[in-house]
Amino acid sequence: MIWRQDVECAAPADLKELQSGYLKKLIPYIYHNCPVYQKKLDAAGVKPDNIKSIDDLKRLPFTTKEDMRDYYPYGLFSAPQDQIKEIHVSSGTTGNPTLVGYTKDDLKLWGDVMARVLGCAGAAPGDTIQIAYGYGLFTGGLGFHYGALEMGLRIIPTSSGQTARQLKLMQDFKPKIIACTPSYVLYMAEEAKDMGIDPAQGNWKIGIFGAEPWSDAMRHEIESIWNMLATDVYGLSEIIGPGVAQECHHKDGLHIFSDVFYPEVIDPKTGAQVPEGADGELTITTLTKQGIPLLRYGTRDVVNIRYEKCRCGRTSPRISKIKGRTDDMIVVRGINVFPSQIEHVLVGIEGTQPHYQIIVDRQAHKLDEVEVMVEVEQRFFSDEIKRLNEIRDKIRREIENVLSIGVKVTLVEPKTIERSMGKSKRIIDKRAL
Amino acid sequence: MKITQISIFLENRKGRLYDVCSLLGQNDINIRALTIAETESFGVLRIVVDKSDQAIRLLRDNHFVANFTEVVAIEVPDQPGGLASILKIFADNDVNIEYMYGFVEKFSDKALLVMRFEDTDFAQQILAKHNIHVVAEKDIQGL
Repeated sequence: MIWRQDVECAAPADLKELQSGYLKKLIPYIYHNCPVYQKKLDAAGVKPDNIKSIDDLKRLPFTTKEDMRDYYPYGLFSAPQDQIKEIHVSSGTTGNPTLVGYTKDDLKLWGDVMARVLGCAGAAPGDTIQIAYGYGLFTGGLGFHYGALEMGLRIIPTSSGQTARQLKLMQDFKPKIIACTPSYVLYMAEEAKDMGIDPAQGNWKIGIFGAEPWSDAMRHEIESIWNMLATDVYGLSEIIGPGVAQECHHKDGLHIFSDVFYPEVIDPKTGAQVPEGADGELTITTLTKQGIPLLRYGTRDVVNIRYEKCRCGRTSPRISKIKGRTDDMIVVRGINVFPSQIEHVLVGIEGTQPHYQIIVDRQAHKLDEVEVMVEVEQRFFSDEIKRLNEIRDKIRREIENVLSIGVKVTLVEPKTIERSMGKSKRIIDKRAL
Repeated sequence: MKITQISIFLENRKGRLYDVCSLLGQNDINIRALTIAETESFGVLRIVVDKSDQAIRLLRDNHFVANFTEVVAIEVPDQPGGLASILKIFADNDVNIEYMYGFVEKFSDKALLVMRFEDTDFAQQILAKHNIHVVAEKDIQGL
């Protein structure tokens, strides 16, 4: 169902008027309430009164992940702390964590956009959803929870982990919808098989998967194992959490809720917008948020964007699946490598699972070396070394075709590569750069 | 007459062979014959045990990748030239051996070898034609 027909199907001119109106109010609000942004806007020569339409956005300064960390904890807040009703923190592997805070209206917005996500995936009031994203400081679990409350779903808030119990609850309550990370749903399928349970049993209709990159090949695998429509959800805590964009049943791009999260696709090298359809860094301005409104926030996610109306009736623009991350991306011997490329190769080879890990290393004064660890599956195991070597060489050749660099493939025992409850650790970079 | 060999994928990591052997030992499964094929990063452990169905379930339950492989156990005269006389028959009849290894124990006064053929059925025809004694699964269990 279309939860917010008024904005999701708005005529482009009406949408633009709405966005322009929001931006005209937003800039003075930020300018007068957030000293960090005041300084940034002054440095960019922007007077709040000069912002008249959404087209003026390109004159505004960018905001980066580093800004979030540098101005930790409260530097980028525009609302005073007594108006902040909930905070979420994502772990920082380097330096400060990323802190986000929501006012009462921000939480209302979150529930609204998450209800749009659920509707876009195919949910309707009264359906049962199992929410197996982590609840807590991670925005996944609670974001879905607020959306499901807003829409009026029956919620099974399992959070992530305790897989045997998750599977038991699935059998008992037969939910129609599951929301979790794509790697976790595959992990649950493995556990289910070990327990003698067929994952396809039940009333499954829809899976809503996100928080980590996954390929179309992985989607097909999930859909056939679980007998459900597997859709992609997009979001990030800095913007709101999950609830920024969602695929409809046509699975032809993710509808981004551009009335509140204004998207641009930027060339990271030049800072200019790329032409429609070209790849670049998704950059988002939160038009209505109060707690931490962000101007032109660089998500580090590589996507392209299309503006034509979708067959589902929505006019909201569609972003592609994430093609990689500008920060997860590793540069090996001058070549950009995204983990999703290797995932594509593995899911395409019969008998392999997308459980892999990439290790990049460099010996002193030597070229970078890439090693891809792939788990051996029962299905392709042979007692003959030459057959195993053939499979290993096939994986290696196909990865090399895609990446255009030489790699070493190592077969490892099953379940030795760490399964993630949240985001996968696909790359271990041992290079001292 | 074929017998069942269990093939197990092992990473070249400390203690993995011990893990397999102690798992089988704790469950009262006896290894009758064993060999390891190795590469720089992994190996394949091949074993013949007394209770193969139980052994493979146990291994898979413990997340080992393990398969059954059909092999043939052949009695070979335990004297100089004993193996050569058998290999000659294979060579003359175009029977290809993938690999072979010896049993720990003897079944009679002859040596006992496990052989994996490219074409097991064809190899068995040749063996029967030349009256070479192959050992049955039940004989292995009784060793």
